[in-house]
Amino acid sequence: MAEQADTLVTPDMIRNKGVWGREVVSYPVSVSDIRKWAIAVYWPHTPPRLFWDEQYARTTRWGGIIAPQDFNPFAWPVKSPTLPEFAMPREGGKGRRGMNGGQTDTYFVPMRPGDVIRARTRLRDWNERPTRLGLTLFIYTETEWWNQDNQLVKRHIQNFIRY
Amino acid sequence: MAVNVYFEDIRIGDQVPAWSRKTDFMNWNRYAAVNDEFIYIHMDDEAGRAAANPQGAFGMGNLRFAYILNALRDWLGDETEIRELYCEFRAINQKNDVLTVTGTVADKRVEEGENRVYLDVDVVNQNGVKTTPGQAIVVLPSRG
Repeated sequence: MAEQADTLVTPDMIRNKGVWGREVVSYPVSVSDIRKWAIAVYWPHTPPRLFWDEQYARTTRWGGIIAPQDFNPFAWPVKSPTLPEFAMPREGGKGRRGMNGGQTDTYFVPMRPGDVIRARTRLRDWNERPTRLGLTLFIYTETEWWNQDNQLVKRHIQNFIRY
Repeated sequence: MAVNVYFEDIRIGDQVPAWSRKTDFMNWNRYAAVNDEFIYIHMDDEAGRAAANPQGAFGMGNLRFAYILNALRDWLGDETEIRELYCEFRAINQKNDVLTVTGTVADKRVEEGENRVYLDVDVVNQNGVKTTPGQAIVVLPSRG
C-alpha cells in the first residue's frame, strides 16, 4: 500500500520561506547569444529583425537590438548552481514525483547586448491539497532579475508540483 | 513595420492570428542548445517512456512559453511591450505535434499610464487539446 503522508512540507521549506537565496550573476549578454536564441524559438522561420539586425533595431523605439523576453542569460554556466532542497527530486517516499505546474513572468526593462544580469530567488509560498495524484504540494518560487544599472528586468513566479 | 496594432484598434473578442509550429527534435534540440536544457526526457524516447509518457520523448514547457510570446510579438509589432505572461502546462507536447498559439482579447484599459490589453491565451495541439492555458498583458502604443 502506498505511503500516506500527512504533509509534503519539509522543515527546509518552513525554514526558508521568504528568504532570498544567494545572488547569481550572468556572463555579459552577447549579440550572438540573442541571435541564436531567437533562431531557436522561431525555428524554422526567420526571427524578427529586432533580435539580429542592429541597423533595423536602431530605427525602433528600443534604439538597438534587444533580447526576446524569454531569453535566459544564465544558460551555460561553467558550474551549475545548486538547486534548493525543495526543488530537488527525492530518492523515495512522499513527494518523490514532480512536474512543472506553470509560471508567471512580468517584464520590465529589456535585456540588451552587454548587459550583466543578477538574479535572486526565494521560496514565496505553497499550498497543499488532495488531488487525483494524492496529496499534492504546489510550491511557488519567486525570482527577480536586475541589470547592471539596478533596473528590474523580470519577475518570475514558478510553480513546482510535488506529489 | 514596427507598429502593427494600436490600442484604439483593439476590441474585446479580437483574436490573435494563429501562430503554428510542427514540433520535433529539430525544434527541441535547438532550444536545448541555447537554454542548456539537456534533459533525457526531451532527448530520448526510452527516457520519455520511463517518465510515463508512452509516446517517448516530449517537448519543453519553456519552448511553448516562448511560442506564446512569439505569437503576441508577431501580431503586435516591435513597438509594443509584453508586460506579463502566465500559463499552466496542462498537457504534453508530443513529437510531431502541430502546436498553434491562440489568443482572445478579454479586456483593455489604461492603468498606471499604460494602454494595457488583457488576453486569454493557449497553445492548442492538432487534436484540439488545450495544452498551455494562460493570460497575457500587453502594452500598446496610442494613435494619439
